[in-house]
Amino acid sequence: MTTEEMLNRLRATRAWMSIFRRGPARTNRTRSLAIFGNVFLHLLPVKVREQSLRVRATYYLGTISFFMFVVLTLTGIFLMFYYHPAAPQAYLDMKDLRFVVSNGVFLRNMHRVAAHIMVIAVFWHMFHVFYRGGYRPPHEFNWAIGVVLLLLTLLLSYTGYLLPWDQLAFWAITVGTNILSSAPFVGPQLRYLLLGGNLVGENALLRFYVLHCVILPLLAALLIAVHFWRIRKDGGLTVGESNERDK
Amino acid sequence: MSETNNKFEAGIKSNALKAPQRVVFITPKTSAQVKERSDRQLMSYPHLMLRELIAFEVLTILLVVVALVWDAPLEQLANPLLTPNPAKAPWYFLGLQELLHYFPPLVAGIVIPGFVVVALVVIPYFNVNIKGEPVWAADRSRRFLSFIASVGLLLVFLGLYRAWTVLVPTVAIAGLTIVSFFQLKRPHRLITFLQTRPLSWWVMTWFIAVALTLTVVGTFFRGPGWSWVWPWR
Repeated sequence: MTTEEMLNRLRATRAWMSIFRRGPARTNRTRSLAIFGNVFLHLLPVKVREQSLRVRATYYLGTISFFMFVVLTLTGIFLMFYYHPAAPQAYLDMKDLRFVVSNGVFLRNMHRVAAHIMVIAVFWHMFHVFYRGGYRPPHEFNWAIGVVLLLLTLLLSYTGYLLPWDQLAFWAITVGTNILSSAPFVGPQLRYLLLGGNLVGENALLRFYVLHCVILPLLAALLIAVHFWRIRKDGGLTVGESNERDK
Repeated sequence: MSETNNKFEAGIKSNALKAPQRVVFITPKTSAQVKERSDRQLMSYPHLMLRELIAFEVLTILLVVVALVWDAPLEQLANPLLTPNPAKAPWYFLGLQELLHYFPPLVAGIVIPGFVVVALVVIPYFNVNIKGEPVWAADRSRRFLSFIASVGLLLVFLGLYRAWTVLVPTVAIAGLTIVSFFQLKRPHRLITFLQTRPLSWWVMTWFIAVALTLTVVGTFFRGPGWSWVWPWR
């Protein structure tokens, strides 16, 4: 029995059908079912324009951003097993990751590299969409969601920056939150709210931890889902509709 | 009908005597729905799914390779009594920190980034220049004068604050805009490209040029007391 036969037999079983609600994707009907019969994939369109699949149309920047988010979530969960949001224990946990935990250095490197790439990819994605004219009607609301997602990406990266609790983390957050306190009327109060005090200390570490691991990722996941779904609702990607008049 | 009030949707012209041939009006370059769709459509499953899967695999390999060779830094334990000089924010905020070096915190830290974010969200709703007309397409001399005046004012302002790292990319992009104003007999391909750009393109390109310059300078060219240093020394 070949692999394909085995797969086909598997796909015809009652268990498979009960989970995926379709047989093998041999016809366009079952291929459509594969997308809109799936709670996650139904965010995407059943059909896409051939043009929008070309690498030059998108450079897969949205895909890259989303994938970085997935990697960050997975590596982040693993990191949470080895981390206590308390001073100075957080710093000692970093040392443990380096010297005690198996592949701890690799885990942390992966999280950090993915975070940097995500910030770059999201910025690049926004600029690319802008030059393609992707913000124009009817895409203006999805563009606005994208701007919020950019801010969430920056906040996620920024709150994660404090967590190692080393000199780099402490002073970067001190510099950043000092900027916040220059906001008119509510600046110092905002800073107090964010830090849980007047200085970067244990309370700030705990607040940044909760923001970084719970609040911001949940918000981002929610908005990413809306962002994907709106691409379908707004009639697909804006390709061939760019500022460029090179026909 | 409400459809005819919306200029971005197709409507049916009722007066057959005035426009006998036309049945539907389509405003070019407006919305995806009214565009003619002659290009081929493919099933997302498997065509899109397969490409995403390949992209994920390639990215995973790249990530693993980079994570194996590039170690995350870890400095000494956080010490509120020992301020490093310079204390730098994460790299993506170093553009803002560079701005803070020139302008008061309220302007550089709150007003400018706040304005950028609000502008990014709000501008698509005003349908400015939806057709993407080039800057110098019409009303050339008046537009050129107002361009020179506004950029001149901006440059004087930046000069007064001695914000050189903002001024230099501004001059560069403004220079390109001025170059694209003149109609040459045999323009280079790049010049032709620039001549067809709308104002939004110029504003965004200027923004990216300034942001990139500020971030690179803040990351590599700033040392103790935010003084200028050469990274290779």
